[in-house]
Amino acid sequence: MSVGSVARRTMLTVGLPVVLVTAWWFATANSTNFFWPPLREILEAFADTWFSNRIMADVVPSLVRLLVGYVLALVLGIGLGVAIGSSRTLRGVVEPVLEFFRAIPPPVLVPILILFAGIGNEMKVLVIVSGCLWPVLLNTVEGVRGLDEVLRDTARCYGLGRRSQLTHLVLRGASPQIAVGARQALSIGIILMVISEMFAASNGVGFTIIQFQRTFAIPEMWSGIILLGLIGITLAFLFRLVESRALAWYRGLRMTQRGEG
Amino acid sequence: MTTPTTPPETPGTPAPILEVRGVQKIYQGKQRNVEAVRDLTFSIAAGEMTCIVGPSGAGKTTLLKCVAGLLDTTAGEIVLEGERVTGPPRGMAVVFQEYGRSLFPWLTVRQNVELPLKEKNLPKADRESLVDEALAAVGLADVHGAHPWQLSGGMQQRVAIARAVAYEPHVLLMDEPFAAVDAQTRGELEDLVRALWKRLGVTVLFVTHDIDEAVYLGQRVIVLSMSPTVVLADVAVDLPEQRDQLHTRSLPRFAELRAKVYELIQQSKRGVRPGSGDEHEQPGTAVAADTQSGSM
Repeated sequence: MSVGSVARRTMLTVGLPVVLVTAWWFATANSTNFFWPPLREILEAFADTWFSNRIMADVVPSLVRLLVGYVLALVLGIGLGVAIGSSRTLRGVVEPVLEFFRAIPPPVLVPILILFAGIGNEMKVLVIVSGCLWPVLLNTVEGVRGLDEVLRDTARCYGLGRRSQLTHLVLRGASPQIAVGARQALSIGIILMVISEMFAASNGVGFTIIQFQRTFAIPEMWSGIILLGLIGITLAFLFRLVESRALAWYRGLRMTQRGEG
Repeated sequence: MTTPTTPPETPGTPAPILEVRGVQKIYQGKQRNVEAVRDLTFSIAAGEMTCIVGPSGAGKTTLLKCVAGLLDTTAGEIVLEGERVTGPPRGMAVVFQEYGRSLFPWLTVRQNVELPLKEKNLPKADRESLVDEALAAVGLADVHGAHPWQLSGGMQQRVAIARAVAYEPHVLLMDEPFAAVDAQTRGELEDLVRALWKRLGVTVLFVTHDIDEAVYLGQRVIVLSMSPTVVLADVAVDLPEQRDQLHTRSLPRFAELRAKVYELIQQSKRGVRPGSGDEHEQPGTAVAADTQSGSM
């Protein structure tokens, strides 16, 4: 019974991707269109292109920049978010400005950041930070502001100092909301990782895809797009793994609340 | 520091452990100021079990938050063990009404009880034994690893009580702790509080809106007026020390005390205030009489 249900679930998850890939495969099998090559060719190109020194030369640098930018945005966003969320005065002063900055699409910052930070890694990391920061920051502010009053009182009554309040109350209590921001930031980060490499770069996945496109290496270009999709899925999966560990209590709490309500 | 305080075995005139002197609380609003508490004065002897009862809107929670050091008073002072309360005092533990919101949902039952002890920098071995004892005392020896939200409401409140007990307070404040649990569980928890109070010799200040509960639990019931709050009456509960749900509640004296407090609450709801020639239609004499008998 349980083996059957596992099989069923696997079918449901894998089913649609298999159908789509198969459809793509057969639809393009005899394609002679230059821009729409057979999937077989794309997959061959994928193996040749990416299972080579390009992994170290392009994929890893992209991922490192993404990781550094993402982690920086998390640290900055959570740090500032806790400060802003804890102080009503600070919130009143800062919030309209935050909304303004959040409304600016980060890609338009690329030319400006090139002026300040050049075209090296710093610029690309900055672009990623400038996009990832806002969802983390604003969600942290909301999470901290939404902390339960009774829980705050409890922490004070039982003599929890500032530091324990931060780790045991504020960060843990805001963590579900912070996770929402972090998840949004991750997908924004991947987009910005590629975009920052399209403007001015000498390596990276985004740079390589643009190179292929400009040199009419169409199957290789497609393979790069597939690679980006795979990177996205993998990172989202890893994120969900961490989240389900860290927020197991929250899922349980929500489920019991729903059960009662 | 970690020794449980047992009040001196002198039932004569124990020194007050907690004094509330002329406390007033005005909430500063944008449009208008609201005077929740006008003038509260009473004192509580060490080891005493006092219930504070009043109709809803009587400023009970405001009073309790002031005593707990969570709210500043506008005037007057609260003195705990000779020291003026300006923030949450060390020797005090609070059990809130909203058990579901006062336990940390990301911690297990055990961690919830242990966290304040870690903050006190108790050695690990002491913490372990305190937590074990406290959880056993509330009848939760077998759910250490569960999260609070996996437990029933009554069990969650037991965890909150265990946390308070393990903290080894000199004064235990309870803010309508059983208002949100079902009647049967409530009876069990009332007996649990009585048992813990007797065993630990802790001073208990129990706020409730439930008259039966106040009379059943307390050695003394302080009745509050409607907001802006003053003390309407202070009723001594001369029921036998050994109480149980079935017999105590069917004693004639219980019924008398219950009726007396009930009548006081009704007066309170009608806006009767103690002392001076009342502007209200109710005769103030009855109140004065009750206040007198309360001080016996």
